[in-house]
Amino acid sequence: MNGIANSHTIILIFFMCAVTYLPRLLPLFFLSGRRLPLWMEEWLGFIPIAILSAIITPLLIVNGDTGHVVFLNREVVVAIPTFVFALRTKSIGFTVLIGMALYWLLGRFPVLYVMKIYG
Amino acid sequence: MNLRKAKVIWEGTKAGWPICAGYFPAGLAFGVAAQKVGLSPVEIGLMSLLVFAGSTQFVAVSMLGSGTGIGPIVLTTFTINLRHVLMSSALAPYLSKLRRSWIFLFAYGVTDESFAVNASRFRSGDWDWRKAIIVNHVSNLSWVGSSILGGYVGEFVPSNAFGIDYALKAMLICLVAMQMRNRYFFIVFVISGVLAIIFCLVLPGNGYIIVASMTGATLGLVLRRDWKEDFRSGK
Repeated sequence: MNGIANSHTIILIFFMCAVTYLPRLLPLFFLSGRRLPLWMEEWLGFIPIAILSAIITPLLIVNGDTGHVVFLNREVVVAIPTFVFALRTKSIGFTVLIGMALYWLLGRFPVLYVMKIYG
Repeated sequence: MNLRKAKVIWEGTKAGWPICAGYFPAGLAFGVAAQKVGLSPVEIGLMSLLVFAGSTQFVAVSMLGSGTGIGPIVLTTFTINLRHVLMSSALAPYLSKLRRSWIFLFAYGVTDESFAVNASRFRSGDWDWRKAIIVNHVSNLSWVGSSILGGYVGEFVPSNAFGIDYALKAMLICLVAMQMRNRYFFIVFVISGVLAIIFCLVLPGNGYIIVASMTGATLGLVLRRDWKEDFRSGK
């Protein structure tokens, strides 16, 4: 622990604030009333899912320590029911809880997912 | 406070509470995760208050934990949150009569969740910017409060207890699910995911996120255009 606040972290937070706030503010500021070209709107529409997929897929499949690609590990086995649950409920809170619970359960009872993989 | 004001606050809160209910466990998990990499409750509260972007904060904290410097974290933050450009662009027409000072306040609260609620209410017509700002700020209150609480509780929660390490991944998985609007989105999801795996093995740092997502979105656009052409020409 480093006291109440560390200057390195405070600088980081201010920069993060700026790069988060500007994309939220500038379009409201300049675009009220105007419209983007259609292709740009479509492209921007794909950006959220593309970015989220590019973040989450390697996080689940590529082992950060070894750099190996592993398709059937605990992360992926938990991700499938978590994804189905999220599609059904669209609830972030409950999805986070379900994902954490499943991950924890598989950690405690590894036999469950070993059976799923080999059974 | 007059009756009209009270009604606006009540209606905004009513629309915003499901977001609060969802933010609470996520914020708690964020606070615990941030405490684990050495952030103090003050820093955690400040980050939630100033940045107010759930997935980004999780990513930033996990990068801090692996010793990444300020530059890559800020760049990743920018890339992840670039999606808000689209949300703000979509909300802009509804806020055209709003004074500049209120726009500064409104912009601060544009998140995936508040956008989803406000955009659908605006579209249905029974909504105004005052209620939308209430939605933004009650959800902000829940996010800041629960993350500070998580920062205090974190000390007593052992690392990886109750699968807390999976909170970020589950949150991202849910955000992906919420974006699955039609098959083109599924295709972009698959293309970007595969590209990200390949690029993350060959590119240094976190550059793969930007390269893979921009390529994925562009290919999605091209495919959609092509298929629409095919459809029109009767193929």
